[in-house]
Amino acid sequence: MKKIISLLSILLIVATAHAQEVEMADNLRAEGKIYVVVTILLVILIGLVGYLVMIDRKVSRLEKKLEEKSRS
Amino acid sequence: MNKSWWKILSVILLLYTVAGGFLMDVPRLSIINETIRALYFHVPMWFGMVLMFLLSTLNGILYLRKPDKDRDIVSVEFANTGLTFGVLGIVTGMFWANYTWGSPWHGDPKQNGAAITLLVYMAYFILRGSLENHEQRARLSAVYNIFAFAAMIPLIFIIPRLTSSMHPGSGGNPGFNMYDLDSNMRKVFYPAVTGWILLGVWIASVRIRLRRVEEKILDLEYEKNN
Repeated sequence: MKKIISLLSILLIVATAHAQEVEMADNLRAEGKIYVVVTILLVILIGLVGYLVMIDRKVSRLEKKLEEKSRS
Repeated sequence: MNKSWWKILSVILLLYTVAGGFLMDVPRLSIINETIRALYFHVPMWFGMVLMFLLSTLNGILYLRKPDKDRDIVSVEFANTGLTFGVLGIVTGMFWANYTWGSPWHGDPKQNGAAITLLVYMAYFILRGSLENHEQRARLSAVYNIFAFAAMIPLIFIIPRLTSSMHPGSGGNPGFNMYDLDSNMRKVFYPAVTGWILLGVWIASVRIRLRRVEEKILDLEYEKNN
């Protein structure tokens, strides 16, 4: 009986070890530092998109200005 | 409905891509490990490039059917944005390959095909730059554009599938079957592709509008002088 239990426990350890074999950034996630990375990327993305919005608006103003000028 | 709804959609999808792309579960694969998340950023660049080039070619064909200067402007700006996406795709691909395949340039058929495609499209801009006459430039580059797009299809989509490629979905397999892409990853991947493509169309549209303004100023000056 004891032998069977020890064999089963070894099998279980091997099985779980196998599942964890592929190294992923589990620690980074556990520490919550992944949120630091995501926040930085989001800030950059929002910043760049905001810049694009401003360029877009500037072009709209330019179009309007030109429209007025060509009419006069 | 607000006519810039698609720009808002693009921003929402991209924000979701970054957040979901780094926080949601991905398959645990050896060698690739966490770098699999680069899929949400690297692959949409290529999807974006193909769509931009398609729009560029379609506008080129429309120009040939009925010469209109505006079609030429639209065509060249989509090619421009497409090339930008392609360059970003190849640079990110080289970086990714360096850590997963062992070196930045592996002679992978898809990598080579993508590089040739970029060179073919760079020649499109050289052709445009070498012609002085506007109509000639528009007409010749529209014809060349059709050939460039036709060359891209075997280079990116067909040849890599005929030979063995380290890219997934190569060597006879369709690119998107259930074995290639984990269902969890699809939840981020499809929004990512849509978001990046819309961003590309947005950038191209701003450039197109700027070119139209430029043309209009030139026309006004021409009228004033005559």
